[in-house]
Amino acid sequence: MATQQSRSAARIMMAPAVILLLGWMLVPLTMTVWFSFKKYLPLRGGDLGWTGFDNYVRFFTSSAFWPSVQATLVIVGGVLAITIVFGVLLAALLNQPMWGRGIVRILVIAPFFVMPTVSALVWKNMFMDPVNGLFAHLWKLFGAEPVSWLSEASLESIILIVSWQWLPFATLILLTAIQSLDSEQLEAAEMDGAPPLKRFGFITLPHLSRAITVVVLIQTIFLLSIFAEIFVTTQGAFGTKTLTYLIYQRVLESQNVGLGSAGGVYAIILANIVAIFLMRIVGKNLDT
Amino acid sequence: MGRIVLDKISKSFGDVEVIPPLDLAINDGEFTVFVGPSGCGKSTLLRLIAGLEDSSGGHIRIDHEDATHVPPAKRGLAMVFQSYALYPHMSVRKNIAFPLKMAKMDKAEIDRRVEGAASVLNLTDYLDRRPGQLSGGQRQRVAIGRAIVREPSAFLFDEPLSNLDAALRVGMRLEISELHKRLKTTMIYVTHDQVEAMTMADKIVVLQAGVIEQVGSPLELYRAPRNVFVAGFIGSPKMNLLSGPEIADYNAHTIGTRPEHIAISQTEGVWEGTVGVSEHLGSDTFVHVKCAAFPEPLTVRVRGELDLSYGSTVFLTPDPEHLHRFDAQGLRFA
Repeated sequence: MATQQSRSAARIMMAPAVILLLGWMLVPLTMTVWFSFKKYLPLRGGDLGWTGFDNYVRFFTSSAFWPSVQATLVIVGGVLAITIVFGVLLAALLNQPMWGRGIVRILVIAPFFVMPTVSALVWKNMFMDPVNGLFAHLWKLFGAEPVSWLSEASLESIILIVSWQWLPFATLILLTAIQSLDSEQLEAAEMDGAPPLKRFGFITLPHLSRAITVVVLIQTIFLLSIFAEIFVTTQGAFGTKTLTYLIYQRVLESQNVGLGSAGGVYAIILANIVAIFLMRIVGKNLDT
Repeated sequence: MGRIVLDKISKSFGDVEVIPPLDLAINDGEFTVFVGPSGCGKSTLLRLIAGLEDSSGGHIRIDHEDATHVPPAKRGLAMVFQSYALYPHMSVRKNIAFPLKMAKMDKAEIDRRVEGAASVLNLTDYLDRRPGQLSGGQRQRVAIGRAIVREPSAFLFDEPLSNLDAALRVGMRLEISELHKRLKTTMIYVTHDQVEAMTMADKIVVLQAGVIEQVGSPLELYRAPRNVFVAGFIGSPKMNLLSGPEIADYNAHTIGTRPEHIAISQTEGVWEGTVGVSEHLGSDTFVHVKCAAFPEPLTVRVRGELDLSYGSTVFLTPDPEHLHRFDAQGLRFA
């Protein structure tokens, strides 16, 4: 883009994409903010005029608000921790030369192709059902009382289901990163007297830090808005009501669009706070 | 101490035998260069000594102790890799200190040794930089620094200069030779560049297809190459190797004469030829002469400047004092 002419040509060429993306983002955002200042009850009189910050105050002071923020953060944090730890270990394993590595790699990626709704249903009915689930049979085999997972350990169960879905993604990204590690570096560390665990800690993990950052950032964006897994399992009961699910309940179950929109604005704020924290913690990895 | 003895060492990858059983002794304090064309097994041999590859047979003895199954870290050897293999996320200081930290050395002692190595290698100003912020030559020096702080019994270099530009390579060559003179530690150096081998080595080991063709000092190899391969590999420009009916008088299958041992004349000589391309280096001129008697053109080295026009007729006379004769198996006989 050296000359004046090519610069302006580039601007014209890029304009449609930029305008489309901007509109795509701005229109829903503006509508959310617009509705959040209205008393809007579709089945009880429709648009009932402006209410100022009433919706914001009601959503914030509702007894369901803080528990939902907490549930959201616990799920995001739990899934991130599990997918990163096991993703790194799986990537290190899959990087070893072994027989049938290609097929194993495809199998590992498979859960990512299963739709969230389907995988949640499969987990709920096949594994976690307290009467017919595989876990129940396993527990009974050892003479233990079957656990009714989704009511007794509801949050953990959802974290397990979502982790199972996202582990392939983390593994895939971390595997490609681990494959780009120069083997001479590991050999140099070996010559320098570093045993395998220290080689992993001092060479492999720092090499993966950038990939881990990418995985954390991308997963956080998607995990803050998980919905299907909660909808088909607990319906938001047993402390699994996330901010996303709370907004859904306000808009569709209580038919209160204004209140839900105010919740949506809070969700944007929460996402930004989380993003800023993550950038602070791991973002410096992206610079070097 | 750093005496390394290879006893019938061999290496196969699957069914492919890369190094057939081989014997070699490297004395303490010697600068040994493994040289050969790419794929000749010289790097594999170095990795066997380092312990990064398991040998398929035979024994490695380091300082009279059997080290065949000793892990690399315990062999007391330090290696400088072709890609330098610096740890990119650590500062230069941490890179150099890494082997000492792994040896759980005392903090003050680590600092003292790192500072010492840095001042020897002119790296003091760069200790807090990362490898990515250094030039090629500086990275090379960090890699050497990481090797010398361990005070190993021998250094292993795996083509350390191949990633540098020509000018830097000459400088680093001198620096490594200087380091060897100062430390008096055994060094094993792998290269495909015979100039590096000639200029640095106390002892050159010429390898081809995993087999040692000849072992000797640079000048021994230059004066008396054991066979045609060594004759053609050592020396720059390459030795002229001639065969055919024209050399029947010499009683040999092949004769070899170095470019500097041929006299060129415009009036008389043994072989008649036409002048091809002349390469003018200022101090020397390399003239390529096409003789009807031989399929390959001969290279002749002339001191100083010489003006011969392309295509003119000249006569060549080999110096009988420096003529090498080889039998049908390619072995040299006096």
